[in-house]
Amino acid sequence: MRYEAPETIDTAVSLLAGAGGDARVLAGGTDLLVQLRADMIEPELVVDVKKIQSMRTITEENGGFRIGAAVAGAELSEHPKVKAAWPGVVEAVDLIGSTQIQGRASMGGNLCNGSPAADSVPAMIAAGTMVSIAGPNGEREVPAEEIIVGPGKTSLAKGEMVTSLFLPARPARSGDAYLRFIPRTEMDIAVVGAGVSLTLDEGGTCTAARVALGAVAATPLLVQEAADALIGTKLDDAAMEALAAAASAACNPIDDKRGTKDFRIKVAGVLARRAAQIALERARGN
Amino acid sequence: MSQALRTDDMDQDLRVVGTRPVRPDGVDKVTGRAMFGADYSLPGMLVGRVLRSPHAHAIIKSIDTSKAEALPGVKAVVTRDDFQEMPSEFIPAGEMLINYRDVVRNVMAREKALYDGHAVAAVAATSVSVAKKALKLIKVDYEVLPHVIDPSEAMKPDAPVLHDHIFTDGVEPKPEKPSNVAKRVEFGMGDVEAGFASADVVVERSFKTQPVHQGYIEPHACVASVSADGQAELWCSTQGHYVVRANCARLLGMDISKIRVTASEIGGGFGGKTVVYLEPVALALSRKACHPVKMVMSREEVFRASGPTSGADIWVKMGATKDGKIVAAQTDLKYQAGAFPGSPVQPGAMCAFAPYDVENVLAVGYDVVTNRPKVAAYRAPGGPISEYAVESVVDELARKLEIDPVDFRLQNAAQQGTRAAYGPKFGPVGLVQTLEAVKNHEHYKAPLGPNQGRGVASGFWFNIGGETSVEINLSEDGTATLMSGTPDIGGSRASLAMMAAEELCIDLEKVRPLIADTSSLGYNFLTGGSRVTFSAGLATVEAAREIVKELCARAAKIWEIPEDAVEWEKGYVRPAGENAGNFEPLSVADIAKVAGKTGGPIAGYARINAQGAAPSFGTHLVDVEVDPETGRAWVTRYTVVQDAGKAIHPSYVEGQYQGGAVQGIGWAFNEEYIYDDKGCLENPGFLDYRIPVASDVPMIDTVIVEVPNPRHPYGVRGVGETPIVPPMGAIANAVSAATGIRFTELPMSPPKVLKALEEHRANGGGD
Amino acid sequence: MSKIHVTTTVNGDEVEFLCEPDETLLDVLRDELHLTGSKEGCASGDCGACSVMVNDRLVCSCLVLGAEADGAKVETIEGMADGENLHPLQKKFLEHAALQCGVCTPGFLVAAKALLEKNPDPTETEARYWLAGNLCRCTGYDKIIRAVLDTAAEMRGN
Repeated sequence: MRYEAPETIDTAVSLLAGAGGDARVLAGGTDLLVQLRADMIEPELVVDVKKIQSMRTITEENGGFRIGAAVAGAELSEHPKVKAAWPGVVEAVDLIGSTQIQGRASMGGNLCNGSPAADSVPAMIAAGTMVSIAGPNGEREVPAEEIIVGPGKTSLAKGEMVTSLFLPARPARSGDAYLRFIPRTEMDIAVVGAGVSLTLDEGGTCTAARVALGAVAATPLLVQEAADALIGTKLDDAAMEALAAAASAACNPIDDKRGTKDFRIKVAGVLARRAAQIALERARGN
Repeated sequence: MSQALRTDDMDQDLRVVGTRPVRPDGVDKVTGRAMFGADYSLPGMLVGRVLRSPHAHAIIKSIDTSKAEALPGVKAVVTRDDFQEMPSEFIPAGEMLINYRDVVRNVMAREKALYDGHAVAAVAATSVSVAKKALKLIKVDYEVLPHVIDPSEAMKPDAPVLHDHIFTDGVEPKPEKPSNVAKRVEFGMGDVEAGFASADVVVERSFKTQPVHQGYIEPHACVASVSADGQAELWCSTQGHYVVRANCARLLGMDISKIRVTASEIGGGFGGKTVVYLEPVALALSRKACHPVKMVMSREEVFRASGPTSGADIWVKMGATKDGKIVAAQTDLKYQAGAFPGSPVQPGAMCAFAPYDVENVLAVGYDVVTNRPKVAAYRAPGGPISEYAVESVVDELARKLEIDPVDFRLQNAAQQGTRAAYGPKFGPVGLVQTLEAVKNHEHYKAPLGPNQGRGVASGFWFNIGGETSVEINLSEDGTATLMSGTPDIGGSRASLAMMAAEELCIDLEKVRPLIADTSSLGYNFLTGGSRVTFSAGLATVEAAREIVKELCARAAKIWEIPEDAVEWEKGYVRPAGENAGNFEPLSVADIAKVAGKTGGPIAGYARINAQGAAPSFGTHLVDVEVDPETGRAWVTRYTVVQDAGKAIHPSYVEGQYQGGAVQGIGWAFNEEYIYDDKGCLENPGFLDYRIPVASDVPMIDTVIVEVPNPRHPYGVRGVGETPIVPPMGAIANAVSAATGIRFTELPMSPPKVLKALEEHRANGGGD
Repeated sequence: MSKIHVTTTVNGDEVEFLCEPDETLLDVLRDELHLTGSKEGCASGDCGACSVMVNDRLVCSCLVLGAEADGAKVETIEGMADGENLHPLQKKFLEHAALQCGVCTPGFLVAAKALLEKNPDPTETEARYWLAGNLCRCTGYDKIIRAVLDTAAEMRGN
């Protein structure tokens, strides 16, 4: 295994593109090193991107925030403006692992690890996050929901890497939230995750909503039917129940060591409803 | 915080015992200086690694190590061929028994691999990367066999049989065919049929528990160095270095005296470090390579190949009269032993009904081999499983009789003179006092919120004594070195030093306690059975008193008066009788200073087989809350009450109570071994084997009851194991109270709880 | 596999070492620098026994490559006391009997110090969540949490 720590995106991309065997990007390393230690992967090259300044910084852009793909969770949580605008996203990132993990783990890494259960991903999908990708053929930008295509699999081509994530400007009267279910209070992989972002009009009617679920299918899901259950309503109990039903209906989970299929389907609805309630309170407060 | 409830005035003017000093090994442990198993290294040391079976059950047709041996940097490879066949012979290991025939096979698979993770070969190499490469070059030809994990499945006539030589012991006539049932045990008294016939209320339930791992944070680790003439040094993390020495000598055909074992600091054991895994392999590799070899298990190896305790299928039936007297109690216990016989079903059967005074009792246990790692002791081995089931049934009986569950237990509680179903009559025991303390505790009366429930359960553990050596050497300046041979897991150096300081009437700081290596002190059985503070404490007191006696003799010599003309009082030898007042009293230091002139070094050396260990009863009180929509349950409040006999260092007694309770919380809610359909462990890591984290639990309140053990100079009983016995029953009873549903399977994980809640609601049960 | 030369600062001292590219910072601390106070309990970031500070961030050293330490500031349990003067947390852990076997203790202390530097007045819940990545199997956490909260109070001058 070779270790490189380039200082520019171009160098990183050419290293990744030029690698003969398996090449991996190292940001926080909290998934990569676990896989290395367990001999699950044996990369020929590891490219540490933390010396690339733009990948380590958060910048305000058009009322939104561009978050370097290697910004650690702890750094994101300490950014008061991002937290005020997108509390659901920041809380979701904060749920990834322990305090120690937060010192290293990044949104970019959480996304590119490709886990259907990644905590930050439903929240970033709900928030309408756009992902910037650099590669041998230049840069491109895609919605967050288009990155993960299967467990451990992403839509990134060889030589490509995520450089930043863009959280758009927060509309007025909107709020977001993310909740996950784990058996303990910390340190577990989500058994179900639910991210909700919604916007109200002045009369309190929901005008826009995005609902995303994690750990209930092979990829995180953006559930249009769940959003539709909210849009046009005042988010009364009936709308919330419709949301829960739509969220449960969208699930296509498996039985595994972390939970049963039935459990995931039921709890997805519960969490979507609870997350929507929090998002609603936040929207009313904005 | 803790309260202490004392039932007598056995305390003379204790100066040190019962106080809370800083432990002598503390500073090393807060500064990183303390040396644990993996912290030792030697010049020229090699890395040892183990190749493990990926199959749950397979014949090992051949092992080809030639390519691995040819790899540069590989210095030794060992397989089954490097370990001699052992006869079938049972020896005690903690409160369990082991058989050398099986131990050698568990250390290195022989005819068959019997579980996922079973050691098949090992290498010693110059680096980790070379060792890993070498493992990949070892070719093992397996013939995969059908496997069985569940104990009831393993007992079926058509189940895959693990061992052709097992014909159930304890059954007459001897069965004609081999099976997975290694042994049937039975304990009882009276006539249960007649007892049930006289009962007004009978409750009968079946329960199931999953294997749980001890979960110590420090993986198994050792460094072995064998010289060309066969003299061996071994440093390892173990609960019993003398036992390691004996087992290694036996397995490797070495003289016991040729092996010196030094116990490192031990990063938790809970029974799981009472057996050998790596140590004989490291010695074999070192002997072959003529280099020191270090071996450290990965966390995955710890889960796949060490511990755990049994999973079990349990059936319990109990009957009581309408005025609340338990008249009959019966249980069938099927405990997984793992790959080799030796589950803790016997102690499980013995203690199942121990907290209760019942005339008619029958407990039958089955020791069942399955394709899981051989179980190891885990804190009160066997007790938590059977007592969980019994305490659930006791709770249900109390509810049916509409008697307060504490009152119901008080009415039936074992007391001094009660005959236990396993034989003896209890001496003074503290169960009643723990129940009364619970009843009077503010927690018992505190209001509960919505979706909350309260549960209570009692628990029992025998506690043991056993072979123990302690030596105290008095230095020329009057300070003392205390050598014990029972590895200190939870603060025993502190409690032993405190007892020595108390006896010698010197400051605690003047006593330096050490854990001696196996060549520097006589034999010690292992740290287990809650025996150390009792047994080594007894030996410490005996050794200290030998020193006091010698101090008196030396003073008499100095004064040139008869030995019986002096007396020992509060750290001084004084002339007594007709000589009283004729000489200035001599302190310990005064006498020590001139020891060279009065007969040489002063020391006390106690070598005992400690008798008179006394059981400890505890009662736990717990509140839980259940999320009705997700099935997640958690503990909101917890109080442990337990009889310590005497708390030498109350902080570390409380620590045992608190730690046991939290381990129990894990056992109750989340911990379990999960296997795939091939019999491979799916959760061999702390990510998915979910032990409680700090945010999962509240503060754990403690009440130390002290009903002294008359067979110990300070009244010590031993406290380490009982705290793991009551939690599962108490928590299950609390969850039942919160939901109106009786849960009969552990762990009560959210999917199970939610499913039960939904079925309950569908059947018209209230929220 | 050629080794990487790394220059870093550990507990205030500049140190150099050679490491293989896939070696972790924990391996380097323990095996190259002989700082064995940081423990390996899991090698997967789940137990926190290897907690250290890298550039003032609390991390699991088992999830950091040795090579990443180049130019960094690393602080371990061995640097926590000032000579023979123990850090207030170390003293309180001893006073409160907040350790039994002691193998998790270095990780807890490093993590707790990071907590108190960021939040001098944590609630019990905040302390419990901050320390959720540090597993202890002996104590049930009660005395650890009490020791941390008591240290915080003392350091605030209460």
